[in-house]
Amino acid sequence: MQGAGPAVCLGNDIDTDVIIAGRYLRTKDRSVWAEHAFEDLDPTLAGRLSGAIIVAGRNMGCGSSREQAVVALREAGVVGVVAPSFARIFFRNAVNVGLPVIEAPVSCTDGARVAFDLDAGWVEVDGERYPARPLSEKMVAILRAGGLVPYWRSCR
Amino acid sequence: MSTLSEQILGAPAGAYVDREVDIAFAHDGTGVLAREALREMGVERLPHPERLRLIFDHIVPANTGTTATLQAELRGYARSSGIELSDAGGGICHQVMSEGVVRPGMVVVGADSHTCTLGAFGAFATGVGATDMAAIWASGSTWFRVPETIAVNLTGRLSGAAEPKDVALACVAKLGMEGATYRALEFVGDGAAGISMDGRLTLCNMAVETGAKAGMFHADAATVRYLAEHGVTASPRAPKDCCYERTADIDLVDIVPLVAVPHRVDTVREAEEVAGTHLDQVFVGTCTNGRYEDLARFARIVRGKKVAVRTLVVPASRAVLARAIATGVLADIVDAGCMVAPPGCGPCLGAHAGVLGEGEVCLSTANRNFKNRMGVGGEIYLSSVATAAASAIAGVIAVPEVV
Repeated sequence: MQGAGPAVCLGNDIDTDVIIAGRYLRTKDRSVWAEHAFEDLDPTLAGRLSGAIIVAGRNMGCGSSREQAVVALREAGVVGVVAPSFARIFFRNAVNVGLPVIEAPVSCTDGARVAFDLDAGWVEVDGERYPARPLSEKMVAILRAGGLVPYWRSCR
Repeated sequence: MSTLSEQILGAPAGAYVDREVDIAFAHDGTGVLAREALREMGVERLPHPERLRLIFDHIVPANTGTTATLQAELRGYARSSGIELSDAGGGICHQVMSEGVVRPGMVVVGADSHTCTLGAFGAFATGVGATDMAAIWASGSTWFRVPETIAVNLTGRLSGAAEPKDVALACVAKLGMEGATYRALEFVGDGAAGISMDGRLTLCNMAVETGAKAGMFHADAATVRYLAEHGVTASPRAPKDCCYERTADIDLVDIVPLVAVPHRVDTVREAEEVAGTHLDQVFVGTCTNGRYEDLARFARIVRGKKVAVRTLVVPASRAVLARAIATGVLADIVDAGCMVAPPGCGPCLGAHAGVLGEGEVCLSTANRNFKNRMGVGGEIYLSSVATAAASAIAGVIAVPEVV
C-alpha cells in the first residue's frame, strides 16, 4: 500500500482536542469535522490537508478516543500520517477508518515531498528513505480494504 | 509467570490475540458513531447484547435539539437491540461500571479513552474507538496486542493533605505524556495496599495520560470488600513473579499537593509554587474525582464556609449523589455556595454546562488540561479535591491544610 504527497508538519503531542474540538462533535456530518480540523492550532491548516501527508512529532493523537479525529483527517483528504510514535487509540482508529499511519522517525519541513510504502516498510522525505515499523497482517488487511467496515463486509 | 495483562489475555507481551470481551460499553458520544458503523456493516442481530452497555454521560441532559435527537435514536436502538441503557442522570460510564459490574480478571473495552479506570479491580480494561466498538457489538470479540508492562512501585503511605490524585499527577509527571505508550501500568508494592478503591480508580484513570493502554491493581482484600459492598463476590489474586519492562518507584511519603499547569498534564508543579493564581471557576467531579470519597472530602473542607469563586460540583453517578444526600455531604456542599449539577461528565470535555469563557481560568479535578478543552481561550489547572476545596474558599489556587 503506497501513498505520496506534500508534507504538512506538526509538533509533538498533538492531541485529539486540537485535531477536532469537542464543540464540533455532536453531529453525524463528517464534512463538519474536516472543515474544523486543527482549528485551534491554525485556522488555515484544514485548507491545506487535501492530498497532503501529515508528518507529526512524537505521541501523535494523544487524548480522547474520539474517532472523529481520524475521520476529520480522512475526510479532509489526508493521504497518510507519519510520526515517530502515535497514541494507541488514535493509531487503531486510523486503521479502522482506513487512514494509513506510518510509524517512522522522520523530520521534515512543510511542503517536502513525502512517499510511503506500507508493505515494503519505508517512508521517503525528499528522496531520503527511512525504515517504518511494520504493521500486523490484520492491520494491513483492514487498511487495504479501506477500513474495518468494508473489511467486515468482505469477510462475511 | 506473567504480568496481569499476560494472565488475563493469555499470551506473552508482544503477541496479537483475539479475545472475547466480558463487558463492552459506549456512551452517548461514541455510541452514536458505533451505531452508524454497525449500520454500514449491515449487522442486524447482536450475538451477545447481555455483555453490552450504553451509558449516557457526556452531554446529559441533552443541550440542543441535535443532541437530543441523536440521543433519542441511540435510546431507541438500545431498546430494540437488547443493550442495557443507563440513561441521563445514571452517571459516568466508568463510575457506573465500577459499581458492581466489573470484576477481577475480566476483559473490558469501552469506547472512551478513560476505560483504563476499571483496571483498579484487576481487570484488563482499555479504550477503543467507535468502529472498533461496532465490530465488538457485532462479534463479541476483538484483537489485542498484549502490552509490555511498566511496574509503578508504590512504597510508604500518603501523609498530610496529599491524595491519590496527587500520586496520579506525580506518576504522569514521572513517566511523561508518552512514557508508557502501547504499555500497561501495574501499580504494585507495599504502598498499593493502603490506597482505597476510590483512590485506585483515580490512579488507573490517569494511566492513559502516560499513553498506557491499561492501568491495573492486583485484586486484594480491599477489592473484595469494595465489591461485596456492591453485591459482588470476588477473590483476591496474589501477584505472580513476572517480567516487567521496567519499574518506576514512587514513595508515597514524598507526595505533596500538586497541580498540572496549562496546557500539559505532565507539566506538574507543587501547589505551593502556583498558590495565588487567579481563578474564575473551580470544578469538582469527572471520572477522575467525582466519587463519594471525593465529595465527602470536599464537603469536610468547605463545611461552614463560603466559596469565593463560582464552584461546580458534579457527582460521578446517581449512587454517589444518593449517598451524598443521605450522609449530609451534599447539604454541606450546597450551603457553602457551590452549584451542583446532575451526574455525568459535566464541563470536562467542553460540550456544555460550565464551559469557560475567553481568558477564564479553572481549577479542575479532571484528568486533562489540553488547550481549549473546556472552552476556547480558557486555561485549566488540574488538582486533587483537597486543593480544589482550599482554592474554592480562597478564590485563588491555595495549598490545602490537613483536615
